[in-house]
Amino acid sequence: MSLLNYIFRNKPKNTASLAKERLQIIVSHERTTRSGPDYLPMLQRELIQVIAKYVDIDQDQVKVELERSGNCSILELNITLPDHITAEVD
Amino acid sequence: MAKIIVITSGKGGVGKTTTSAAFAAGLALRGFRTVVIDFDIGLRNLDLIMGCERRVVYDFINVIKGEANLKQALIKDKRIDNLFILPASQTRDKDALTLEGVQKVLDELQSDYDYVICDSPAGIERGAYLAMYFADHAIVVTNPEVSSVRDSDRMLGILASKSRRSEQKLDPIKEHLLLTRYSVNRVERGDMLSVDDVLEILAIPLLGVIPESQAVLRASNSGVPVTLDGESDAGQAYIDAVGRFLGEDLPHRFIKPAKKGFLKRLFGSKEGAAA
Repeated sequence: MSLLNYIFRNKPKNTASLAKERLQIIVSHERTTRSGPDYLPMLQRELIQVIAKYVDIDQDQVKVELERSGNCSILELNITLPDHITAEVD
Repeated sequence: MAKIIVITSGKGGVGKTTTSAAFAAGLALRGFRTVVIDFDIGLRNLDLIMGCERRVVYDFINVIKGEANLKQALIKDKRIDNLFILPASQTRDKDALTLEGVQKVLDELQSDYDYVICDSPAGIERGAYLAMYFADHAIVVTNPEVSSVRDSDRMLGILASKSRRSEQKLDPIKEHLLLTRYSVNRVERGDMLSVDDVLEILAIPLLGVIPESQAVLRASNSGVPVTLDGESDAGQAYIDAVGRFLGEDLPHRFIKPAKKGFLKRLFGSKEGAAA
């Protein structure tokens, strides 16, 4: 059996490299949120609430990121609007 | 002045208590006066791993509350000179563990010991926080597995921002990675993160790699720190890790596969099947 396995062995799918890739993404994401100020999650939630009042959007369509370069921080707000926005006139 | 070492991980079941026992035993075998403290209030287990469960009279919480003094609560190891255990209490009242209480006990131990090892509970609650708060060194125990690596990274963030050293703007806690339950065969097959993978992600110095080993369960079955099983691969790996901690330059012995003969490669090995 071992002999057959050895000869006809399928090329193994490398799950370790998949694990590494997934970890690198999640860990770097978590590091940026960790190093941010305490108010960032709250700010993010409230921004989403305000935008949702006017535009019908999902939570994951709003990206709030804080980037630091030197001694200044840049708050980047990225909103993906849905394809068709019906103008609401009240 | 004793050095305070926390054994931490975030995730449970990765080998913190095994490592605490093994590391404490290793340091004591080198002649250092060592005390190992169980911070897992309500779920004490270090006593069982160290084989002194029937000698527990007073515990950490009793000392903090002033119901016993340190001398009464410390259990002297029967096999190794210079090794002492301070067991956790089995009380469910976790609030009994206070920052002031922990500080008082550590202060008292500082003058009499060379090393104080704090065995952290899993999670990031009070017990884990207090176990790492006063540390000079942190040994981050990690399995080559996604949830363990992620939790270790989380723990590194906490060590860097919530400890006494970070709050008082002192030199940061010295971090050491201890990779446990490592299986060379599975790494070779591409089914397990390698040492280099984990190092690339966590980016802290490597203290040692402990191979997945039957000796660990045998040691815990008999209540003997695995360091005392010097014949075993895990025992040797811990002895090496202690040496490296003390500044010795030792090669990592258990991260390359053993060379297999032609026949063994052809017909597979039992070890490979079990791993």
